[in-house]
Amino acid sequence: MATLQIKQVVKRFDDTEVLKGIDLEVNDREFVVFVGPSGCGKSTLLRIIAGLESATTGDLLIDGERINEVGPADRGLAMVFQSYALYPHMTVEDNMGFSLRLAGVGKQARREKVLEAARILQLEPLLDRKPKALSGGQRQRVAIGRAIVRNPSIFLFDEPLSNLDAALRVQMRIELARLHEELDATMIYVTHDQIEAMTMADKIVVLQGGEVEQVGSPMELYHHPCNRFVAGFIGSPKMNFLPVTAQAVSTSGVRVALPGGGTSEVAVNGEGAQAGDALELGIRPEHLLLDDQGPLSGQIKVIERLGGQTSLYVEMDDGIITITADGDVTYRVNEQVNFGFEPSRAHLFDGQGLALASLQRHPLSGLVRQDSRERVENSRERPEGGA
Amino acid sequence: MRTRTSGRTVGGLRSLSLQAPAVTLLLIWMLIPLGMTLWFSFQRYNLLMPGMEQFAGLENYRYLLSDPALWRAMGNTLVLVGSVLAISVIGGTLLAVLYQQDFFGRGVARVLAISPFFIMPTVSALVWQNMMMHPVNGVLAWFLGLFGLPAIDWFSSFPLLSIIIIVAWQWLPFALLILLTAMQSLDEDQVEAARMDGAGPVAVFFFITLPHLKRAISVVIMIQMIFLLTIFAEIYVTTSGGPGLATTNLAYLIYIRALLEFDVGGASAGGVIAIILANIVAIFLIRMVAKNLED
Amino acid sequence: MNTSRLQRFILAVLAWSITFVIFFPILWMILTGFKTEAQAIADPTLFFTPTLDSYAAVQGRADYFRFAYNSVYVAFGSTLLALMIGIPAAYSMAFLPTKRTKGTMLWMLSTKMLPPVGVLVPIYLIFRDLGMLDTRIGLTVIYTLMNLPIVIWMLYTFFKDLPKDILEAGRMDGANTRQEMLYLLIPLTLPGIASTGLLSVILSWNEAFWSLNLTSSRAAPLTAYIASFSSPEGLFWAKLSAASTMAVAPILIFGWLTQKQMVRGLTFGAVK
Repeated sequence: MATLQIKQVVKRFDDTEVLKGIDLEVNDREFVVFVGPSGCGKSTLLRIIAGLESATTGDLLIDGERINEVGPADRGLAMVFQSYALYPHMTVEDNMGFSLRLAGVGKQARREKVLEAARILQLEPLLDRKPKALSGGQRQRVAIGRAIVRNPSIFLFDEPLSNLDAALRVQMRIELARLHEELDATMIYVTHDQIEAMTMADKIVVLQGGEVEQVGSPMELYHHPCNRFVAGFIGSPKMNFLPVTAQAVSTSGVRVALPGGGTSEVAVNGEGAQAGDALELGIRPEHLLLDDQGPLSGQIKVIERLGGQTSLYVEMDDGIITITADGDVTYRVNEQVNFGFEPSRAHLFDGQGLALASLQRHPLSGLVRQDSRERVENSRERPEGGA
Repeated sequence: MRTRTSGRTVGGLRSLSLQAPAVTLLLIWMLIPLGMTLWFSFQRYNLLMPGMEQFAGLENYRYLLSDPALWRAMGNTLVLVGSVLAISVIGGTLLAVLYQQDFFGRGVARVLAISPFFIMPTVSALVWQNMMMHPVNGVLAWFLGLFGLPAIDWFSSFPLLSIIIIVAWQWLPFALLILLTAMQSLDEDQVEAARMDGAGPVAVFFFITLPHLKRAISVVIMIQMIFLLTIFAEIYVTTSGGPGLATTNLAYLIYIRALLEFDVGGASAGGVIAIILANIVAIFLIRMVAKNLED
Repeated sequence: MNTSRLQRFILAVLAWSITFVIFFPILWMILTGFKTEAQAIADPTLFFTPTLDSYAAVQGRADYFRFAYNSVYVAFGSTLLALMIGIPAAYSMAFLPTKRTKGTMLWMLSTKMLPPVGVLVPIYLIFRDLGMLDTRIGLTVIYTLMNLPIVIWMLYTFFKDLPKDILEAGRMDGANTRQEMLYLLIPLTLPGIASTGLLSVILSWNEAFWSLNLTSSRAAPLTAYIASFSSPEGLFWAKLSAASTMAVAPILIFGWLTQKQMVRGLTFGAVK
């Protein structure tokens, strides 16, 4: 179907550089998620791909052909907007068939295509309604339907779930994943919500300040974040960071002095690090273990019980640390706790915030979602739509 | 970030071609007559003496600036604009507060009260001149008679005031219309919060209502200024600028020069002065609009 | 509100008294139109036997409908033209803004502040030389230009309210600029366009400076027709009132129906 290459794309608005030279490849049938805090440039990048903005410099290629000068409608893309951007004066059917009408497709053929998309999305009973008479979730589906009807080579989604309530968001997430299977299409999805990124993506692109921080599968980003920003951004609750000092560097890893007197050897490549360096130790809340013999300690300030698990907010000298513990722990507020961690689960970051590379790759970190890998390998031909 | 300009080259060209007709027309509309006015103002040019045109330098201006009629007309213009603005803004604000209250038949009363704005100036001038202010058979004369007061011959005793009354009658409803709409967006919670804080109706008006209306009032002033600077029909129909020069404003003076005395040169010099005056006003107005454009 | 009944009664009386005073000249004009000439100059009374004599007499003046026709022609013609030129311009300002857009807009508005008297002479001479004096086309062009800045301003305000996403979705769906305007922008902002048009019609209908100076008989609209009553004929108050009523009635009704819409556009979004 379609691959997309982005080469050295820069976008400048007046004097501010919103995108600072983006390089990226999107493979055929891949579900790629652009994630980052607001203002990171992810929406601008998507709009450049869509053709709604033009890149200041750099190239865009679809299936190897430069499309910078091609108009948005002729790129073979379809976009689902954050606001859905349904045409309020048209019925659902007319909304979905508008692109075909503009392309001069006959009434009958138009209706068939719309009906097919409506069937996939279970929109049949709503075809005669106007957008005003639809619920948020239904509008969302119409917007997706409008994209499906165009039979695009790449689907673009601009934060499509951010206007839905929490329950509906979970449901639509599942539906989108199902749709990706069913349509077998390349999808690019923008969100600021890392959970959406983790649950749906084959490949996540983390952006910040107009630059790509890291590209990788969800598990790769989770287990091997390349810097402090990605480490903090991916995963919930956020990773904890503790200031530590390097004590010894060896081939088996870096031994660091923990606050409170203990030491621990983290299995990372210590090249470039020296004893005495100030480093930061990163540990996810779920990887901290409550242990009376543990090298770390602090006072519990807040306890959040979610039933299945408990979040403990523990005050140490260097700030508050979050620990995710079992749902049945019996601690109380103001209690003193000791805790530790498995060194293989810890991360080390240098003075610039860059991660020291792990010596062992996590077994899941190379994993693209099983099904999509099979798909790529089988590489079966998708029957051409009759557009 | 998402609302920003689209690509400069493509978008720029497209917007240029779409705006071209409007911009070109307005440019022609502005530059050609402006240039000609400027040119004529340096000519001795009277339509009654064709073929006698010649360069006159600043003579038209010298003549005009030394003509007491010009200063009188400018004074009249400013008095007219100033008083009508004052009446319509102050009156409009007070009436907006009144019509905001809940009373029987409010909707109908509102519509009736804004009606004068839709009446053409020639009609309102004639109705006022003949049927309201007529010294013998006018309604006002009859009304004063009820109290045993003598009738007033409005247009000879208070000519400029009469014009001001007519013009204000037309524009007060406009101010009311806009301010009333602005009032409706006033947050009731804010008023109630002020009440809880112990503010009486007067305090609510000065500390809540008036600040809320600030932008709407500036819009009223701006739009009215555009139209009031060029009041013409009301004078043309009723007093023809008289008695003497009592109701001659700048617009009417130029009209007299150009179309009654056929003195193109003199009229053009007057036009240039009117344009300069309008531009001085416009600079302030544009500032106000620019602020409104910000968001 | 805890207003007592008496207070409410006083409020209603006060408000209606003021309304009556403001509306009185119009009411009086309408009433006088149904009187005989003798009743018209008699002491004011609200009670009389209405007659249509004055209307008949006004209608008897053969030329009344020609003036009315001219008014309709010029007011609607200029409005249509202004909308046709203004919609694309306002579209590009609202949706394809450049660095110069704001300046262009302010400049356009500033041409509106150019006093017509300042350019009366050249326009008069140009019109004379082009043979456009006293023609409907000539007056239509002048009114188009006169209203264009305000029309563009108002349209811009209405267009700004339309989410940009919808037009972008249209662009993704393959709409070109013309289709975007025709299928999306215009249907979606029709109420705004209509009220802009109505204000333009009202302003053109009531405009008196250019119509009095550039027309004499053939193309003279109702403003000029009514102005002719300031001559000694004006003593016939009943006929004057009948004619005035007919001249303002359509626009008055337009105004009543659209006042709310109109304000929204006129205030440039400053008043929501």
